[in-house]
Amino acid sequence: MNESARVTQPPSIGRIFRAFALIGISSFGGGLVAYLRDVVVDRERWLTDDEFLGALEIGQTLPGLNSTNVAVIVGRQLRGPRGALAAALGLILPGAVILSVLGVLYARLHDNPDVTAALAGVAAASVGLLLQVTLKIGGRQFLRPKDLMFILPTFLMVGVFHVSLVTTLLLLAPIAIWMNRPAALKKPPLSSSESRP
Amino acid sequence: MKDLVSLLNVFTLLSLMAVGGGTAVIPEMQHETVTVHHWVTDTQFAAIYSLGQLAPGPNMTMVGIIGYHAAGVAGFLLVLFAFYFPASLLTYGVSYIWDRYRENPWREAVQRGLAPITIGLMLAGVYAVGKTASFNLDRPLWFNGVTLGFGLAIVLLLFWKRINPALLILTCGVLGWFILR
Repeated sequence: MNESARVTQPPSIGRIFRAFALIGISSFGGGLVAYLRDVVVDRERWLTDDEFLGALEIGQTLPGLNSTNVAVIVGRQLRGPRGALAAALGLILPGAVILSVLGVLYARLHDNPDVTAALAGVAAASVGLLLQVTLKIGGRQFLRPKDLMFILPTFLMVGVFHVSLVTTLLLLAPIAIWMNRPAALKKPPLSSSESRP
Repeated sequence: MKDLVSLLNVFTLLSLMAVGGGTAVIPEMQHETVTVHHWVTDTQFAAIYSLGQLAPGPNMTMVGIIGYHAAGVAGFLLVLFAFYFPASLLTYGVSYIWDRYRENPWREAVQRGLAPITIGLMLAGVYAVGKTASFNLDRPLWFNGVTLGFGLAIVLLLFWKRINPALLILTCGVLGWFILR
């Protein structure tokens, strides 16, 4: 393991909590993974870039939110279960406090025509945001028949016909994973291919 | 009490099915909370989802507000617990074992295989929120024109330039207050 970027003494639980709480309170507008990398790799130097990417890969593959998964993994590597708890709570709590205030205000005021009009604008904008993220992440997948073969049925089943998500995943995921099984991957060899046995 | 148990079940299950991130479960969440359990209306769901975009931290923390509508403060706390704790516990356990299998080629198979499914689910999320927030037949045509316009403008702006999305959303809130009253 590369120890050069690692501080010798693991940080205290309080320090972990504060570092993640700082992200939790400043990360307006989404894109949390970038904020996480800034703090964990650049500022605190708890992980190297490669170690962070490793944590991100796991966090993205496992179910749950990518950002909280990464927080749990980094916290665990630093300080075991209590580190994981401190990191996840730090990330979530500030937003949760703000949303509890917004939520109570919304519950009181949602019949107010001014609030309704403003929130109609906000909601319309959120749809645009979600669509843009989908198009950006999807990228070339929308042009590849092999990927469209799963994008469209998933969209139709869950979005239009309300087939339950469990059923959809149990039906489509095994086929999708099987089609990408190690032996079937015919991508051009990477530069590191000669290092493989 | 029955509501609390249902909230726990629904949101635990949702978080464990969130492949590729939280936005993947938006359509199922809307279906469960609006159509099945009637905790919120379509319009409220769209508004609450947008409130999540305005706060810092994970956007999906807005699920607490749905819990609040269903069962008050207890609902708020319970839903946050259900949405975050079991999935985090799973991540904790699996990532511990995972370190040993980092080179396993099946890991890439899982990631590649699930990627288009995640995109399909996100599209379904756009549709689920959009059919209330962007194009809603209960509203006059000009209203739908404005809401569709906001969404398209945001898509174009974000592809054109890197702008903090929270700013764009706030701007549309102010514009909405002027135009959509």
